[in-house]
Amino acid sequence: MSGLWNGWGLAFRFLVFPGFLFSVVVGLVLTWVDRFVSARVQWRKGPPFYQPFADLAKLLLKQTIVPKGAAASVFLLAPLLGFAAMCITSVLLFYVNFHLQGSFVGDLIVLVYLFALPPLGLILGASASRNPLAAVGASREMTLYFGYELPFLLALVVPIVKSGGAIRLGDIIAAQQVSGPFLYSVSGVIAGLIVLVTIQAKLGNVPFDMAEAEQEIMSGVYCEYSGAALAIFRLTRAMMFFLLPLFLVTVLWGGLADWWAIPKALAIVVLLILMRNTNPRLRVDQALRFFWFFLGSFGIIAVILAFLRL
Amino acid sequence: MSKLGLWGLKKSPWVYHVAAASCNNCDIEILELLTPRYDVERFGIVLVGSPRHADALLVTGVLNRKSLPRVMEVYEQAAKPCLVIGIGTCTCNNHIFMHSYNAMGPYDKYLPMHAYIPGCPPKPEAMILGVVKALSKL
Repeated sequence: MSGLWNGWGLAFRFLVFPGFLFSVVVGLVLTWVDRFVSARVQWRKGPPFYQPFADLAKLLLKQTIVPKGAAASVFLLAPLLGFAAMCITSVLLFYVNFHLQGSFVGDLIVLVYLFALPPLGLILGASASRNPLAAVGASREMTLYFGYELPFLLALVVPIVKSGGAIRLGDIIAAQQVSGPFLYSVSGVIAGLIVLVTIQAKLGNVPFDMAEAEQEIMSGVYCEYSGAALAIFRLTRAMMFFLLPLFLVTVLWGGLADWWAIPKALAIVVLLILMRNTNPRLRVDQALRFFWFFLGSFGIIAVILAFLRL
Repeated sequence: MSKLGLWGLKKSPWVYHVAAASCNNCDIEILELLTPRYDVERFGIVLVGSPRHADALLVTGVLNRKSLPRVMEVYEQAAKPCLVIGIGTCTCNNHIFMHSYNAMGPYDKYLPMHAYIPGCPPKPEAMILGVVKALSKL
């Protein structure tokens, strides 16, 4: 924990390598993969690979409008909340995966909380913007958040049970290195599918994009955002698109300290894209019912199976 | 705007569709332009839901006394720089509504127009050409 973990080394880790710059660049490239695969599914050519970077350059240099009557400080600081959380998440995830002893007690729970901050920032920002459509979007985002958090936590109980009650990510990864990834078992498969669907909801992709429905509530939560603030929301989303599959690989599919982690994460990303392209948007009550009663009961079954060592 | 921002603007113009008072035919042609057949996402063009995100407003239809304040309001809400592109002959010279009592057009009396795309309705190819010409003048 010395050397690179103080001063300039820490700054480098947060700003450049596993942190901000690296996850932003990889996340933006994955955003391009998303648009490219969607284009191929729709039988067209799709944008060039620099498209997300062009979008970002344009947004960062455009005018940022604060609507009249909005709480300006909350409106402008809300995007940074999720963004900062994703920077910390990337550093933590990479550090834990490559230094198993450096993991601390409860970092799994810390990561769950950090992944809850981007929707929180979205809700705060949309509520501060004094726009009725954004308020509708914020209320939908809140409902959706309460919906997906229950099956997500139930699915995360499975690796905890299977690793013998460890809530340190390092212990979970070490247990997988001894006995093989948790995904290769019945409860592991169920938990993996639940986490996959939950990732889709956390990203706000198509079956669960009712919070930012362009066609009905004019981009909902993003409605009043323009310029740099919108760019930061897009950056946060790109980082989540990179980090959430890595989180799934970490807790259920054997950790990242292995070259196989790259095709595994890519496979999860492609599954997310295909799910996005083959499903229509759900209503928010349908999504809530789906998460609580359908995925929730599957989550309980997965936990029971994990206790039975299946 | 800086060189990088100009590059970004040219590579990803997000469009917002403002139907001022059209007969719906130009709107249908715009929707056709956005279908996979023409695949304008190759050029980074995406239809966005809110004028705050827009880089180009596609206005259609004849400007009249009722729609003028609405169109002006949408233009004021858009983050600048923002192109305004008039689609259809109605936007150029009021077309068949020329002698009507409530036609207020053409648009450039009120808004900084960057391109007019004539046609009743214009073909999607004509719209692509018009947008390219508007962008190359930036």
